[in-house]
Amino acid sequence: MRLLDSLRFRIATLFQRSQMNAEMEDELRSHIQHRADDLERSGLPRAEAERRARIEFGGQVRYKEECREAAGGTLIESLQQDVRFALRMLHKSPGFTAVAVVTLAVAIAANAVVFGVLNALILRPLNVPQAQSLYGLERGSDKAVNQSYPDYLDLRDRNRSFEDLAAYNVAAVGLDTGNNPSSAWILEVTGNYFDALGIQPYLGRFFHGSDEHGSNSAPYIVLTYAFWHSHFQDDRGVVGRVVQLNKHPFTILGVAPPEFRGTLVFVFPDFWVPIVNQEQVEGVNVLNARGKRGILMVLGHLKAGVTPSQAVADLNSIGSYLEKTYPKDDGQMTFSLTRPGLAGDWLGRPLRAFLTGLMLLAGLILLAACANLGSLFAARAADRSREVALRLALGATRIRILRQLFTEAVLISLIGGTAGLWCSVVLLRGLSAWRPLPTAPLQVPVNPDANVYGVALLLSLASGFLFGAVPVRQVLHTDPYQVIKSGSTGTVGRRITVRDLLLVVQIAICALLVTSSLVAVRGLVRSLHSSFGFEPQNAMLVETALSMAGYSGDTVPAMQKRMINALETIPGVQSVGLVDRLPLYYGANSSYVFTDKTTDLRPANAAAEAMRYNISPEYLDAARTTLLAGRTLTWHDDKGAPRVAVVNREFASKIFGSATNAMNSYYKTKDGSRIQVVGIVEDGKYASLAEDPQPAMFLPILQSPSSQACLVVRSNGDSQQLVAAIKSTVQDLDAGLPFTIRTWNQELESALFPSRMATLSLGVLGVMGAMLSITGIFGMAAYSVSKRLKELGIRMALGAQRKEVLQAALGRAFKLLTIGSAAGLLLGILASRVLAFIVYQATPRDPLVLAGVVLAMLLLGLLATWIPAKRALSIDPMILLREE
Amino acid sequence: MTDQAQLLPGTLDLLILRAVSLGPLHGYGILLRIGQISGNALLIEQGALYPGLFRLVRQGLLTASWGTSENNRRAKFYELTAAGRKRLREETDNWNRLATAIGSALAAQPEEV
Repeated sequence: MRLLDSLRFRIATLFQRSQMNAEMEDELRSHIQHRADDLERSGLPRAEAERRARIEFGGQVRYKEECREAAGGTLIESLQQDVRFALRMLHKSPGFTAVAVVTLAVAIAANAVVFGVLNALILRPLNVPQAQSLYGLERGSDKAVNQSYPDYLDLRDRNRSFEDLAAYNVAAVGLDTGNNPSSAWILEVTGNYFDALGIQPYLGRFFHGSDEHGSNSAPYIVLTYAFWHSHFQDDRGVVGRVVQLNKHPFTILGVAPPEFRGTLVFVFPDFWVPIVNQEQVEGVNVLNARGKRGILMVLGHLKAGVTPSQAVADLNSIGSYLEKTYPKDDGQMTFSLTRPGLAGDWLGRPLRAFLTGLMLLAGLILLAACANLGSLFAARAADRSREVALRLALGATRIRILRQLFTEAVLISLIGGTAGLWCSVVLLRGLSAWRPLPTAPLQVPVNPDANVYGVALLLSLASGFLFGAVPVRQVLHTDPYQVIKSGSTGTVGRRITVRDLLLVVQIAICALLVTSSLVAVRGLVRSLHSSFGFEPQNAMLVETALSMAGYSGDTVPAMQKRMINALETIPGVQSVGLVDRLPLYYGANSSYVFTDKTTDLRPANAAAEAMRYNISPEYLDAARTTLLAGRTLTWHDDKGAPRVAVVNREFASKIFGSATNAMNSYYKTKDGSRIQVVGIVEDGKYASLAEDPQPAMFLPILQSPSSQACLVVRSNGDSQQLVAAIKSTVQDLDAGLPFTIRTWNQELESALFPSRMATLSLGVLGVMGAMLSITGIFGMAAYSVSKRLKELGIRMALGAQRKEVLQAALGRAFKLLTIGSAAGLLLGILASRVLAFIVYQATPRDPLVLAGVVLAMLLLGLLATWIPAKRALSIDPMILLREE
Repeated sequence: MTDQAQLLPGTLDLLILRAVSLGPLHGYGILLRIGQISGNALLIEQGALYPGLFRLVRQGLLTASWGTSENNRRAKFYELTAAGRKRLREETDNWNRLATAIGSALAAQPEEV
């Protein structure tokens, strides 16, 4: 309160300022008049009396100043003065101001953008009421988030820690609202989903747990606000309308509020559908299969007063019950809690690691910028030592002068910070509106909020004080008499100064950034040229989900066969293969496999967890996956034939020890069936580009059918014509079947997306770091040349060679550059461990990267010292000595 | 003029309070009053009075109001507040103690030690 009062008083005095000044003026004039009256009475003429009175009074300006100070409110007034003076000084050196503001704006923008992303994706909770108590479940030591529906039911009904547990899954469906069948992305959710999250409908009503009465009992749809807006034009009459979803009638119940966009930060679904209708939505029903962990995540609010560790203990006791009761299906059933927005650690961990790393680097950029500005300010303070000395000699306190310098620094930091923030807001807005992948409902909702503005402002203020503090010692040690006598600070950098240190730090940071961005670029290039286990060139993908058009059971494989045969007749098509889920597509299917001798088929006894692909016989050929031994699958490997599989080399060596052992041997799956290995193919990339070799198996689609299918059409013809031909062929077969056509290379964009983004962001930071280093080295070199012009001139007059002059002028800059680069390179090698999460084979122990870093730093050095060097060499000793 | 004494630091405030305690005065009047009650023995630069006045007003020891002086000119008159009166008493006691102590210290003869 005290502080507030005094502040109010000060502000009040500020507004009364002009009135007070006028009164003071009046009062002093009145004094002089009175004195003059007395003097006049003693016999002086009026004019002379007034002159004398003024003289006797003393320095009016000084007393007025002292009066103002005595009356309080000087802080704000002198601040005004400082700001005015600072603006004048900055205006007088526009080059310095521009460099400082731009440097800071760039650094602040980098920080605000990275923080904006970090804030939106990791710090900001999901937009639901009481988001602090909302947790998602993770299972086992590898923190899997997916659960099976029966397990979910047990967890929901047996736990005593959560108010309620809901679950959801992402799926694609075909939606027909009357005229045009199109595919949509949805969340399949449990009936209690909205109630458990505490969401209220914007329009109509939501479905509830009480609407679930067994399989396909709740054909309801709740629209997202955005989908309602874009597809139903905000039509309030939409409630109660029946639409066709995968050829099944579903009733639209209501619309969710605009701020609620599902429970996955990245994915904005189009609508929600009850998960009990899974058979209609996905074409298969695994709700009764305890071993099929098809639910993406289980989540719920903790009860009031229950701590997360209590909840984990509760869940674990249910888990051990499940392990005992269902040993075949439920392996390690221990649980941990996670924030629900990012699908647990699967996505959360690498993203967190990467964004934290990026934030650190952005922080380093800002530090480098501060170092840069700090040395600029120090140089400026040195140049202004005469002014400072003069002001000290005239009686200004050192505190006052420091405050003046700080005002300048903070002013620059605020201008730069505002500019940077503006840039970052534009960038973040753009990023939010961006749909990075055309085939997926992926979004990066990173609109800036108050946190971002606050952090940006705080960072700019902090950096202002940071670089403003650099010249403090210099000012405190200024001896006015010495400076005014000798012209300038006599000793020019023989020993290591703060500025040298700053420069080394800054160069090290830059080298670190250059190293990381080169590592990332190399990784990206390498992952583009690594063997995927298939060949994306000249391959077209036709994606259909037959369940969307009402196919089920035996009609699915028949239709698939017809599609393959029809597409094969298109001229120019070499082969057509079908796979249930493409490698390197979001997530991958995998199953536990066991050696033939294993009898107790519980997950703990599994020999491996292998990627599982259900394929048509021609897929391996169409994908150009090289067969190393044995045969591929045929159409005769059907339900009546013995079960067979083609496995990859890693599978063979992991389960059987070697490829020769594997041929014609058997392994077991979880349901106990024996599968014979009939062929071996090369290893490939399955879940991500950065993964280690994974075991994978390819099963004949007739023995393990799937309604989800992607057709790979390999041809050497013109792609435009091919697309048209494929379109008409598929529509001839079934006009109501939604499908998408794209090239495999386009599809790979999604797999390459993380490393591309990593490379891009690191590249941008690298360029920023390089720019800062150039200006930093340039500033230091230019300053040292200009300070030593006289000395260099004398040396030249005495016959020094160009080389010697250059060495004298710039040797120090290059020495600092070398030290800084070495330190940065070392740091970069350490930091690449973080990069390895995202970038394929990220290692800086790569001669090309090392050479690249050295070369880049050398180039930077040359670039930055070019102008100062030219200036040093163009010194004409005659002119210089005459001037002095 | 030459045998006027320099003011000790801090004593100007005390003199102002004392001068005003005898009745409301404007700035110039205060100067004259101090001269009068000190027998013109003190050297005070005229302008130096005002920062002191502003300080005392801010501390709440004086109040100021505009009025008309004996010369028929507009002038700002200062008056002692209750707090100012109390402060004046305290400061006067302090000063007297100090003056006595210093005086007796300086008057001390060798045989008295």
